[in-house]
Amino acid sequence: MEHVIEEKATSLTFSDVVKGRLGGKTMTLCYQCGTCASSCPVAKITPRFNPREIIKLSLLGEKDEVISGDAIWLCCSCYNCQERCPQKVEIADVIYALRNIALKEGYIPNIYSEFASALLNDGRIVKVSRFVENKRPTIGLPPLQPTGVDALRKILSATGFDKLQQKKEGVS
Amino acid sequence: MSDLRYMFFLGCTIPYRVLSYEISARKVFAKLGIELVEMSDFNCCGLPVDPASHEMMIALAARNLCLAEQQELDIITLCTGCAVTLRKVNKVLKEDKELRNRINEYLKEVDMEFKGTVETKHFIHAFKEDLGFDKIKESIKKPLAGLKVAEHCGCHLLRPTTVTGWDDPEDPAVLKGLIELTGADCLDYMDEPECCGYTIIAIDDKVAMQLTREKLQHVKMAGAQALITVCPSCHLMYDMQQARIERFFNEKFELPVLHFPQLLGLAMGFRPDELALKDLRVNPSKILEAIKTT
Repeated sequence: MEHVIEEKATSLTFSDVVKGRLGGKTMTLCYQCGTCASSCPVAKITPRFNPREIIKLSLLGEKDEVISGDAIWLCCSCYNCQERCPQKVEIADVIYALRNIALKEGYIPNIYSEFASALLNDGRIVKVSRFVENKRPTIGLPPLQPTGVDALRKILSATGFDKLQQKKEGVS
Repeated sequence: MSDLRYMFFLGCTIPYRVLSYEISARKVFAKLGIELVEMSDFNCCGLPVDPASHEMMIALAARNLCLAEQQELDIITLCTGCAVTLRKVNKVLKEDKELRNRINEYLKEVDMEFKGTVETKHFIHAFKEDLGFDKIKESIKKPLAGLKVAEHCGCHLLRPTTVTGWDDPEDPAVLKGLIELTGADCLDYMDEPECCGYTIIAIDDKVAMQLTREKLQHVKMAGAQALITVCPSCHLMYDMQQARIERFFNEKFELPVLHFPQLLGLAMGFRPDELALKDLRVNPSKILEAIKTT
């Protein structure tokens, strides 16, 4: 009995955490009809991704399974599910919220970590290329403007993101 | 602010990796009377880091919006992801006062404040609402009659409709209508509004390539001679990755993939070299021959 109560308490907490995040607030409207899964181009290809399942596990409070697995990273953010959901659950945005939680707990695929590093270095996610910069004027394109990276660093520092990034780098 | 003067938000990918898109768009915009103001000092729109931190995404987008607000100009983009992100953040910051106050605290660090006074439009959206189809029709000098193509809008041109809302996400018509103004036929095909797969290529390239492969199959099945895109990410999947997909699945497509400004530019009478058609990975010479003989 105690176990059940404990589980219930956990589930409430995780659901509330997701609901409290931007994009996460509609999650509890889900009644598990599966319109999302049948609209999902990724779910058609691989059984490793099923948006209905991700929402179900999140509602049940299975935080570890949700944030440590690779499923949440396989959403292609096409928003088909979100457009078609009869309950107006913002599914793709809920998945973004889950990814943000995963990052806080130290789970993040390398690519996002690379994006974040590039941002902190250059202000853009594609590595600034001297070769292309030199080429642009020769093919009639204006030179690239400065990235404003100093200003950006100040903002990233204010949002606390630079610390998260350092934490991740420390972990890996 | 509909005098066809915009801040030009290039985003991260186009100015380094998809120059053919930028070259052709600049040529076509100039001919149509669209004036581009270079956006000094822009940073990443924010979308690529949304999975890592929603708050950082909003702060990044807000800074870009502030740059345009300072110039009192609306933003035009070539990338569907940049457009949807800047629009989404503009909307959410206008609606959520608490969030706006928090983001403005960050922006204070760089002497900026979000006010919510500018709009962002992908150029297809701007063509529809600001320029108008008639202007484009008037610009056509060499109609591409007989050419059969298919369109791929890309997810973020259409969805989420709470942010886009100017075309039908299940049966998109705007890009199709624009293509038909060039004289080319724009064919329907199976699963037309589906995703190109780009967003997950670094997570699982096989799943991503399968998404792209199915789209290429459907486009070929419909009998299209070329696929037309309006997003650098979609173009990277269909054009740059096409040879790799062919090798991986042992299947031939040889389907040229043109940026819409390249197709429109050809119909406006630009030469292929002016529109950087030689920069495409999949050789477009077959369709150029087809255009010549019509």
